[in-house]
Amino acid sequence: MSVLQEVKTLTINGREASARGDETILEIAREHGIFVPTLCHLHGLSPVGGCRLCLVEVEGANRLLPACTTRVGEGMVIRTDSDRLKGYRRMILELFLSERNHTCSVCVSNGYCELQSLSRDAGITHVRVPYRYQRYTVDASHELFVADQNRCIMCTRCVRVCEEVEGAHTWDVQGRGIEARLISDMNESWGDSDSCTSCGKCVQVCPTGALSEKGKSVAEMSKRKQFLPYLTLMRDKWK
Amino acid sequence: MTPNNKGRAGNGNGGGNGPGSRPAADHCVRVCKAAGCVSAGSEEVFAALSDALKQSGQSVNCEVKGAGCMGLCAAGPLVSVEPEGTWYREVTAEDAPAILNSLGGEIVERLHLPTNTPFFERQERIVLENMGRIDPERLQEYLDADGYAGLNKALTEMGPAEVIDEITQSGLRGRGGGGYSTGLKWGTVAKAVGERKYVVCNADEGDPGAFMDRCILESDPHRVLEGMAIAGYATGASQGYVYIRAEYPLAISRLRSAIRQAEREGYLGNRVCGTPFSFTVEVRLGAGAFVCGEETALIHSIEGQRGTPRSRPPYPAQQGLWGCPTLVNNVETLANIPSIVRKGSAWFASIGTEHSKGTKVFALAGRVNNTGLIEVPMGISLREIIFDIGGGIPGDHTCKGVQTGGPSGGCIPADCLDQPVDYESLAGLGSIMGSGGMIVVDDTSCMVDVAKYFMEFCMSESCGKCVSCRAGTSQLFDLLDKITKGEASEADLALLEELCDLVKHTSLCGLGQSAPNPVLSTLRYFRDEYLSHIVDKECPAGVCSIHRDVEAAV
Repeated sequence: MSVLQEVKTLTINGREASARGDETILEIAREHGIFVPTLCHLHGLSPVGGCRLCLVEVEGANRLLPACTTRVGEGMVIRTDSDRLKGYRRMILELFLSERNHTCSVCVSNGYCELQSLSRDAGITHVRVPYRYQRYTVDASHELFVADQNRCIMCTRCVRVCEEVEGAHTWDVQGRGIEARLISDMNESWGDSDSCTSCGKCVQVCPTGALSEKGKSVAEMSKRKQFLPYLTLMRDKWK
Repeated sequence: MTPNNKGRAGNGNGGGNGPGSRPAADHCVRVCKAAGCVSAGSEEVFAALSDALKQSGQSVNCEVKGAGCMGLCAAGPLVSVEPEGTWYREVTAEDAPAILNSLGGEIVERLHLPTNTPFFERQERIVLENMGRIDPERLQEYLDADGYAGLNKALTEMGPAEVIDEITQSGLRGRGGGGYSTGLKWGTVAKAVGERKYVVCNADEGDPGAFMDRCILESDPHRVLEGMAIAGYATGASQGYVYIRAEYPLAISRLRSAIRQAEREGYLGNRVCGTPFSFTVEVRLGAGAFVCGEETALIHSIEGQRGTPRSRPPYPAQQGLWGCPTLVNNVETLANIPSIVRKGSAWFASIGTEHSKGTKVFALAGRVNNTGLIEVPMGISLREIIFDIGGGIPGDHTCKGVQTGGPSGGCIPADCLDQPVDYESLAGLGSIMGSGGMIVVDDTSCMVDVAKYFMEFCMSESCGKCVSCRAGTSQLFDLLDKITKGEASEADLALLEELCDLVKHTSLCGLGQSAPNPVLSTLRYFRDEYLSHIVDKECPAGVCSIHRDVEAAV
């Protein structure tokens, strides 16, 4: 039996739990009905640990660990809801909101946005850091979809679903730091992309209104992510 | 193939005259050919000396050779004459005949650089022992200086476990900044299960003002290759990569020619030194991203992917390059290895302090008289480095502090200069050992401006993968910019501290986690400077241009 399949016992928020060695802290938390906020993580895609919202405290670790990429260990004592973590999560959400242009009232995904709902749950009424209002042009060149980078939070779900599930690798990231942004193919407009299969998976996994279907108006763009677990299940089954 | 070791000196690293001091000719004139002196015109000096030599017909009793970094970059181009041990400073092509005419007679007084000064005498050289004494482009000179003797000893007299034990006993710690025990790291990679293993030399030196790794590779490339081969033998790897930034063309070309020479002479490649051990080294060029100095980003970059870090664990020692166990060591760490294996761990452990053994190479820069590359024993005080070796502060200015560790480090104030230089003591002062950048700051510098400079660097070098570093560093930069413009309030200062705490504790990799350090340490020691910008709207050093209504009216 591989080490990863061994059963571990651990404590999460004071509750005792058991887990297989190849499971992550996030999986165990969700299994036990413990809510840990995430934006970049999506079941069925490889984890990246970029949104930093799922950081948890593990006793004995010298720093906070992302629940989505950290595998459980024997005897781990995990805390997911300390005041310190809540404070960090709130500030991280504020940084997301300040980064580009998240004006919910005119967004196609208003009411269906993961950033919006997490911010609401965190009780954010205002953002303490100045808004940066970076300006990006909206790419509406694709016949079915629109990419509005002003709403993008760089979670890279679209990049991963396109590469890992669809196998097209149309999306990727260009530039670095605050200048980093999504590009399709070799920085061509989406409509000119040769690799894009117009499958729309990127649109459905996008947590915000950055990728949407054409013809949707304010608050009309609800996303359907249910297809992803089904697809990965089928893929694993026939592998 | 048995390596050609004939003619190797018994002990060629003794006193001031060095191993290269037994040339066939009576005199040997060495011209520094490291990047600092090359940019000051040492290539022209070298050509002029060679020409003058031909014309004077003295070719029988003198030869002109290149040399690696001679250390005192501030006085370049540097020229040394052996066996006399005379050094000349700021030599120009016109000085060539004068230097040649002086051989065997009176020295050229106007160019003379005395070497009995603290700059030379207070240093202790292990990593830099051959620098300025051998031609980095000639393997034979490295062999004459006991080169590859450590590798030979490891391969023929020691088992891999013994090598690891020797390194552990020596107390060597990672010189790239982390300070993790090198022996422990080697042991982890050796224990890790994997069909293939790799040794990676991290030469992606990116700190502003730091040039230790570049100088080591330019001046003594074989030493690093030897260290890598020993690491490969100890950990069970047969392939090594040197990840070096493309901005170092001279280091790259010397490294490549060193690899070719070592392969030809049987020190790399198949059957190293005639033993069954094989080890090949390839050079991989980085495109100059600071984040690629982070080991997981570096590994992604070698694999041909975008240079972004990933969460650890798993550590590269377990899952690194192409999923295989990988040892990632800094240039200076690897350059220490040959000496440790050759002279033994007890010798190495006798240098330095209780928890920090050996020496550390620093690139001394900023407001100090003797800028250049220095190697000092651990435990020396910052004051000795700045005032003895560095020759103090130019002009009538006073030292305000010293910045160590580059954008990941912190500023240490002048009243803490008597603290010893070791990993723990620098960390206790809110800074880090870092890779070895050391920037001296005097009263003409504004500490808020210094913090802003490093934050701008981190902001532009952030890879953008995690939000804390991507958005956090740019918000921090904006706040610092606001303070230096005199537009900030005390609420902004509170926000600055809160953001620093967030970025430090929630960023994905070391770049973000350490980016707030320059701000936090200047806030700790120079808070009054922040307050004068915020409350009095004044920059005490007069660096920041604060526009006041009064000035606008005038």
